Amino acid sequence: MLTEAFLAALLYGAVTAAVPLLLAGLGEQMSEKAGVLNIGIEGMMIAGAFAGFFVAYHSGSLWAGFGGGILAGMAVALVMALLCVGLGLNQIVIGIGLTLGFEGLTALMHHFLFSRTYPRLPAAEALAIPLLDRIPVLGGALFNHPPVVYLAVLAVPGMAFLYRRTQLGLNLQAAGDRPAALDVAGVDVTATRFAAVLTTGAFAGLGGAYLACVGAGIFVPFVTNGAGFMGIVLAMLARGRPVWVLAGAMLFGICLALTTAAQVAGVNLPTDVIQMLPFLAVMVMLVLFGRRASLPAALGIPYERGAR
Amino acid sequence: MTTTAPILALKGITKRFPGVLANDRIDLALRPGEVHVLLGENGAGKSTIVAMLSGLIQPDSGRIEIEGRPVTIRSPRHALSLGIGTVFQHSMLVPSLTVAENLLLGAPWWRRPARREMAARLGEIAAGLGMAVRPEMRAGDLSLGEQQQAEILRALVRGGRVLILDESTSMLTPDGIAELGALMRRMAGQGLAILFITHKLGEAVSFGDRISVLKLGRKVGEIPPERIRGEETVGEVLEMMFGARTAGAADTAPPAPPRPGRRLVVEGLSLPARDGAPALEGISFDVAPGEILGIAGIDGNGQRELAEALAGQRRAGGRVLVDGRDLSAQGVGGRRRAGLRYLTDDRLGEGTVGAFPVSLNLVLKEVGAPPFWRAGLERRAVIDAHARDRVRAFDVRTPGVATPVGRLSGGNIQKVILARELVPGARVVVFSKPTYGLDLANARATHQRIRDLAAQGIAVVLISTDLEELLALSHRIAVMSGGRIAGIVANDAEARARIGRLMVGVAA
Repeated sequence: MLTEAFLAALLYGAVTAAVPLLLAGLGEQMSEKAGVLNIGIEGMMIAGAFAGFFVAYHSGSLWAGFGGGILAGMAVALVMALLCVGLGLNQIVIGIGLTLGFEGLTALMHHFLFSRTYPRLPAAEALAIPLLDRIPVLGGALFNHPPVVYLAVLAVPGMAFLYRRTQLGLNLQAAGDRPAALDVAGVDVTATRFAAVLTTGAFAGLGGAYLACVGAGIFVPFVTNGAGFMGIVLAMLARGRPVWVLAGAMLFGICLALTTAAQVAGVNLPTDVIQMLPFLAVMVMLVLFGRRASLPAALGIPYERGAR
Repeated sequence: MTTTAPILALKGITKRFPGVLANDRIDLALRPGEVHVLLGENGAGKSTIVAMLSGLIQPDSGRIEIEGRPVTIRSPRHALSLGIGTVFQHSMLVPSLTVAENLLLGAPWWRRPARREMAARLGEIAAGLGMAVRPEMRAGDLSLGEQQQAEILRALVRGGRVLILDESTSMLTPDGIAELGALMRRMAGQGLAILFITHKLGEAVSFGDRISVLKLGRKVGEIPPERIRGEETVGEVLEMMFGARTAGAADTAPPAPPRPGRRLVVEGLSLPARDGAPALEGISFDVAPGEILGIAGIDGNGQRELAEALAGQRRAGGRVLVDGRDLSAQGVGGRRRAGLRYLTDDRLGEGTVGAFPVSLNLVLKEVGAPPFWRAGLERRAVIDAHARDRVRAFDVRTPGVATPVGRLSGGNIQKVILARELVPGARVVVFSKPTYGLDLANARATHQRIRDLAAQGIAVVLISTDLEELLALSHRIAVMSGGRIAGIVANDAEARARIGRLMVGVAA
């Protein structure tokens, strides 16, 4: 069963499955750097998935769909930022509330707008990268994807540059590690965290839109299926390094692709067991690497001037 | 030291917080080339002045003037731009960033951080002042002394002219403190105006050119450079801080004389320094039945550590004996059963569980033990009956035994702890700041209770930073300084002066 074709298909599927996790992980990493534990990211993703699919379906443009997804994700993030950063409410409670709320809301809206039909989007056009796509096995698997996939991967060095080389990166790090120091330096902690949460919303929204428009080509309620939560795990294990988010996302992507591959290959296991695989992988990864997670000191703590 | 015009002056500054007058018409002037010490006990209003000068809060009335012109310091950043740099009591460095990166915080966000330029400039200033800190080190890897140097650099790198050091010595080793003192001198030599805030008299006298004393929000005195140094200064400052002994200070009869014998014996108690807590070194003393031994000293000289080592909350070297029985190997429970009781000053933190009812707090140290628990099950009726009994005996003012302890006033929480710890069987009781935060009536009641305990033959160790309290209650007073007993004096007419000298490290 380990033929070249199978490997290529597996890798191709892994990339497709990894992109939403990568986007969610990068987004969550941004929030966590700035000291906001963004549990609402699953809600941002599902909002992005629904809005992205809706816009793409009616406009016929995938890019418009991505734009809609980003805006929807940011809209949910705005609620999160207002409540958790602006008012200093509990991030975990608000995050869970947003996730459950938007899962329900999108399911309801899908019911109203599409009733019981599940319209399908045309498959996204792939952009083959010249020369690289000729590499045997890897070429077809890695370098023949829709353009948004390359953009998501390019975001990795982009974020690394932001964190390590820019003043904004220093500010984000300080907002998560010792916000009082940032405040004393004259930088608005609230504004810094606000910006970080909105960016998370954009990443999560895009990830959701990708999931619905490219990954599935269809919107069904709860389509994100925990991708946001996997993003949280990735961000926690990545120690603030975007490249580790990419590595983790690929690992989970392979597990997700394996479930499809195993079903196609007719492995004699109940589907439910196979579908548990990615979540099993999460647990294995947490057991193996959970200790190396190092989180910002002020993660999850609302900033209040003068409080110690 | 000539008197130059002040760079920064506070004129009649008043600041109120709910229920507290933190600063009451404070006047203060900082001059270039001068180390101005602001001295006062906890709660004297020092931190409020720092917060106003660094732009964190605004005064309710009064003026802050810079070179004679009134200013409003709007924010920490504004303070820096006015040339006022503050080194806060709690570190304001981001541990995961380097020193240079930390000092770059606050630059425009769209710009690339100028790490190399900053490092070069820092290196120059640091070398000029003889500092050891290197700009490329991660702040989290620095020693406390180096962290402080980094924070001083932050104040200086933007051309600061006024440097405020808020309790900067509290976390330092003696060597580190001496180093900081030398550094302050060098900075003052370069024309900086320094405001050094401390509650340690010894530091004030050895580092300061000018000393202002705060007490309960008011400035009670200022010693100018020409009158500073030497032992007269110490006496003068002590008088400002604690007041001369007033006729009415002894509000009740002197305690009954102790009985012969040694009820508590402490031999060579020692504890390594940890997390900024001072070490204990070779603490030895004994207390007779019915004796009250006061432990004096300026806060943070090891009193808390001593209390916790006695109670068994920290494992310490040396021996602790009660009535000849060696309790050194016993933990908290064993010492408690042997009659050694500890009443913490952290009443709501380690003293009680605020959300638990009074009744449960009264048996907090017997959780799971009969008769309050049987076979692992709580016996509510027994616990409640016991609680009602204790509440009556100690006059705890509570709506009921089911009321969460956190809802009671400080004085009543104190009574709950007393009621729990003073159950029959107490032989030695260690009090840590027993009247801290209590109003006068409750403080007096507590004093009376301590006297009563001694009259019953219990040995009392009374740790307090309130010298009046110690002088009113104790038979003898031990003075702690830097984790050691600097001396033990009998409570007689000269006790006050000798204690003052011991506190600042001048031999009695």
